[in-house]
Amino acid sequence: MNKPIIELKDVWKIYQIGHVKIPALRGLSLSIHSGEFIAIMGKSGSGKSTLMNMVGCLDIPTKGRVNLYGDDIASFTESDLAQTRGKKIGFIFQKFNLIPTLTAFENVMLPMIFQGIPFEERKKKAQSLLSMVGLSERSAHRPGELSGGEQQRVAIARSLAIDPEIILADEPTGNLDSKTGKMVMDLIIKLHKEQKKTIIIVTHDEDVAKYAQKIKVLRDGLVIGQKK
Amino acid sequence: MMWDYFRLAFKGVKARKIRSWLTMIGIFIGVTAVVALISLGQGLQDSINEEFNKLGKNRLTVAPGGGAFLGPTSSNLAVATITEDDLDVLNRINGVDSAAGVLSKNARLEFKDEVDFINVWGFPTDKDGENMLEGISFFEIEKGRQLRSGDKYKAVIGYSIAKDTFDKEITVGSKLKIKNKIFEAVGIQKKAGTGVHDVIVRIPLETAREIYDEPEEFSTIFVLTKDGYEPADIVDEIKKELRDSREVEEGEEDFSVQTAEQTGTQLNQILDIVNIVIIGIAAISLLVGGIGIMNTMYTTVMERTSEIGVMKSVGARNSQIMFLFLVESGLLGLVGGLIGLILGLGIAKLGELLAVSMGVEIFKIHVGGYLIVGALLISFLAGTLSGLLPARQAAMMQPVDALRKND
Repeated sequence: MNKPIIELKDVWKIYQIGHVKIPALRGLSLSIHSGEFIAIMGKSGSGKSTLMNMVGCLDIPTKGRVNLYGDDIASFTESDLAQTRGKKIGFIFQKFNLIPTLTAFENVMLPMIFQGIPFEERKKKAQSLLSMVGLSERSAHRPGELSGGEQQRVAIARSLAIDPEIILADEPTGNLDSKTGKMVMDLIIKLHKEQKKTIIIVTHDEDVAKYAQKIKVLRDGLVIGQKK
Repeated sequence: MMWDYFRLAFKGVKARKIRSWLTMIGIFIGVTAVVALISLGQGLQDSINEEFNKLGKNRLTVAPGGGAFLGPTSSNLAVATITEDDLDVLNRINGVDSAAGVLSKNARLEFKDEVDFINVWGFPTDKDGENMLEGISFFEIEKGRQLRSGDKYKAVIGYSIAKDTFDKEITVGSKLKIKNKIFEAVGIQKKAGTGVHDVIVRIPLETAREIYDEPEEFSTIFVLTKDGYEPADIVDEIKKELRDSREVEEGEEDFSVQTAEQTGTQLNQILDIVNIVIIGIAAISLLVGGIGIMNTMYTTVMERTSEIGVMKSVGARNSQIMFLFLVESGLLGLVGGLIGLILGLGIAKLGELLAVSMGVEIFKIHVGGYLIVGALLISFLAGTLSGLLPARQAAMMQPVDALRKND
């Protein structure tokens, strides 16, 4: 296989709460290659969300290296990190995290606004993405008027707006019933198979994790095992 | 691109309607007051300047006590008097072309069994009186003629008195009673619109002296200076001569001499001070409004912490978040300013209509482009500046912390 696009080497993340230092990651190492579908499993407090934040450039490690396409994100400026998030990574959150004052259509356009993409192009892209997730008719609705499953599909469309290579999904089905959860997972699988996206999914649900090619199991801030 | 930020900011403002309105009220009350006061004040200043320019620089007034250029009415209150003796003194001064004294009295005017109380001016009908009327639009005749030498118990009627005061209109040839003496209207004045000259009745000075039994006194003396003389020098000369003849010390004059220009300048100075006070009020109210915006923006940033996290996670840079919130606070200021501007102009216009309905038709509000642009620009800037700290706080948030907010 080629060089990994994401490479974590001996990554530590220590949170300081008052005088107490709490290590969330303790020397974790992990490599992810382009086009992989990886699930990260672990109980709450195992460090899986912290790991997700590192990979997503939302946070930088206390110690160790997180290399994204060969660059150490610790050396990035805040603006570089934002650029990387905006261009390379699509996020899908457990709580959907749509902007409540914007319509589904506008939510999908939002990442493109920050990239300075012209309106006509944004519009076309947002329309095609909403139709891909089957929500063309709901595009003028605000998140409050959409069901949980619909909101998550809008969020998936949003994560694809800037054509990222990497999709990070943090408990994408955590707030959905099993039927809509299945629908969302089908979409994510489709992204992997048809669009060759690199998918990293954080979950504690075996049923979700089983779709992945590899399952990494975390405990106490370390990878303690790999299924598959 | 700017447009997108404006749209996003507008949605943010719209989503919190009540709070946004309350915040904007903080801005627009100040702007309303300032815009209304400035356009009224400027209008007043313009009208006054226009009137004094019309009068010309070579006109002076001499009045007992304090000066009153537009008319002799207020001199009724003064204790000291000016008389025919003073007029003689004035007529002897070099540089004085002509001088004419006016006696003004409040009078009971009766017309076709209706009664009203108005202001009667006893106006000289000699050559000096004619000189005085020449070139002053306030006293021009619409119908009939001016008073002339030899007239007795004739009257020239102010426009409003002729048209509006009584049920029936007074026309040339109408008979009316002043102090129970019968007068014949020989002329009707044109509309002056000054608020003073439309509500007087002019009668010959000798007739006024007769019916009021005032053989000597004047309310005001109007003076025309000769060409080639500086009016201000003539003022000094008049003061000196009158001090001598009236035996008063310099600085203790019981009369006043003013040029049209001086009176105008004095009024302008007062209005300038009023303007400075208005600008002070504006500054304070904008400061208070700005603090209101800052408060609102801090609350908004707090409330939308997780949204900020989301925007950062989809690639918004710190500068873009900062800009977005600055536009939002600027928008609060700008819309507040716009509402204030419209309300302020509306109030000023009402003031103008009120003034016109009270007979001051020369009064027009002055709405300068600088006022419109200034009001909008300053309120936008006040909004933006007030948003600076809250927007910075939003921009500097760590994306992880911000996202965690909604857990």
